[in-house]
Amino acid sequence: MAGIRQISVFLSNQSGRLAEVTKLLADNNIDIIALSIADTAQYGALRIITDDNDKAIDILKNGNFVTKINHVLGIEIPNEPGALAKVLQAFDANEISVEYIYAFVGKSGINARVIIRVNDNEHASEVLKSIGIGLITEDDILKK
Amino acid sequence: MKFYDETHECMDRPSLEKLQSERLVKLVEYEYNNVPAYRQKMDDAGVKPGDIKGIEDITKLPFTLKSDLRDNYPFGLFAVPIGQINRIHASSGTTGKQTVVGYTKEDLDIWADCISRGLVSCGINSGDMVHIAYGYGLFTGGIGVHDGATKLGCSVVPASSGNTARQVTLIEDFKPDAICCTPSYALFLAEELRKKGHTPDDISLKVGIFGAEPWSEAMRTELEKSLGIKACDIYGLSEIMGPGVACECAERKGMHLQEDHFLVEVINPETGEHVKEGESGELVFTTLTKKGFPLVRYRTRDISRVIYEKCSCGRTTARILKPSGRSDDMLIIRGVNVFPSQVETVLMEFSETSPYYMIYVDRQSNHDTMEVKVEMNEAFFSDKISDINSLEARLKARLNSLIGLSIGVTLVEPGTLPRFEGKSKHVVDNRKI
Ligand SMILES: [Zn+2]
Repeated sequence: MAGIRQISVFLSNQSGRLAEVTKLLADNNIDIIALSIADTAQYGALRIITDDNDKAIDILKNGNFVTKINHVLGIEIPNEPGALAKVLQAFDANEISVEYIYAFVGKSGINARVIIRVNDNEHASEVLKSIGIGLITEDDILKK
Repeated sequence: MKFYDETHECMDRPSLEKLQSERLVKLVEYEYNNVPAYRQKMDDAGVKPGDIKGIEDITKLPFTLKSDLRDNYPFGLFAVPIGQINRIHASSGTTGKQTVVGYTKEDLDIWADCISRGLVSCGINSGDMVHIAYGYGLFTGGIGVHDGATKLGCSVVPASSGNTARQVTLIEDFKPDAICCTPSYALFLAEELRKKGHTPDDISLKVGIFGAEPWSEAMRTELEKSLGIKACDIYGLSEIMGPGVACECAERKGMHLQEDHFLVEVINPETGEHVKEGESGELVFTTLTKKGFPLVRYRTRDISRVIYEKCSCGRTTARILKPSGRSDDMLIIRGVNVFPSQVETVLMEFSETSPYYMIYVDRQSNHDTMEVKVEMNEAFFSDKISDINSLEARLKARLNSLIGLSIGVTLVEPGTLPRFEGKSKHVVDNRKI
């Protein structure tokens, strides 16, 4: 399946819950590479990509957290105005709907790295290829 | 075998009522002469055994209440000397003393017959292997069903409750045809079997008889799908006899009451008067043939309906529909009757396994509010917050339409809601009335 595994975690909006998750992962020597949160007044969905997803999933499940795994697309785009707009226009033209987007810090520092959750990863990958945007694979970010 | 006792299960109504009337007259006289506490009640009500000439006179008799059992703990309501009691069962009360019941040898024989009738009506026959995973002991479930299945001539596996890994092995290796246990334990067993790679097709079970706790139609669907069985409901309470007072047939359209042994009335719990035929109310039973611990007009607190049309299975006995709750569990919110089981039914429509929930009732400036807190599970969760919002909205809409009230729904993290024991374990009522 195309894309990178993203782990979502259900969190009630009590202060300290996010800190508990991040501490749990840190205590187990897992680095969070990308992170975003969507929330309402009562609860939120934390989405993370780590350098050891298998271990992270195990640890979270053992910690009684409700988790879900999705495949999302990671792309690298030039760090310049209009780069992301070009991607989104291409998706729009191909009727690919974007659920959400968030950025993460790349180690290279030259390009911007972005996570995109779309409704059809295969189709979106083809579109990205056609406009010359390369996909980041899980191998690129995993712990070596 | 289609019927275990065709004579009594398929009797025409006039003959049945004649039999019930004869038995009631005898019972009232027996009770009056042998149970001083009930004689006192009749004397207080100014009614003599001679006033009861048939079932139409039953409303002249006083009710027996759960508190009468407590007041006469342990053996005060037994009608025979303790030496003639052949078996004692007891159920732990959630409030105070346990309920103690006793059976003569004849009572035990009739009880086994009632269970056998139920097993046959669900499609179990002599020679079938029956795995019994109700608890054995003081609880009536295990030994009660055991005696019935033994009498019918089944190969009985008295597994009792607990030690799930062993139960799974027994089912894998012995290949029983039927299982009897609580519906929640059956769901748990189904999940364990699934985890071991079994499919509904390779599980030997064909029939499940589940009781001793309330369960919803959604749970029935889930049990039938996951175990590849016909799931039938069995009803009973130890005060009246134990499981087998009524049991569904393979049609699963209400539980056939063993009416030659138990007379049912449906009353308005507030007024004590009979509701119209087919309407919902509290079930009241009179044991027509019991000798050890007979009860007249025992108020069960179970809320249900009773229908009298002949069933397509051929039986003519009255059918008790699935109790919708207990009158002491029932919440009245803004004048609407609400049962916790309704909430469970809705949750089961949305998720394969019912998530844990709690109902919170409060009163804010003279206005009752009801909120359902539901522990998130993997079936409900999504990385898209819009999915969770829409699930919450759909749950709310479904609860509102089923119960007829605006009900708040909040999703919380697993393991964060309090766990209570006892009958009203899913309700916290904070109203100060
Ligand atoms: Zn029937």
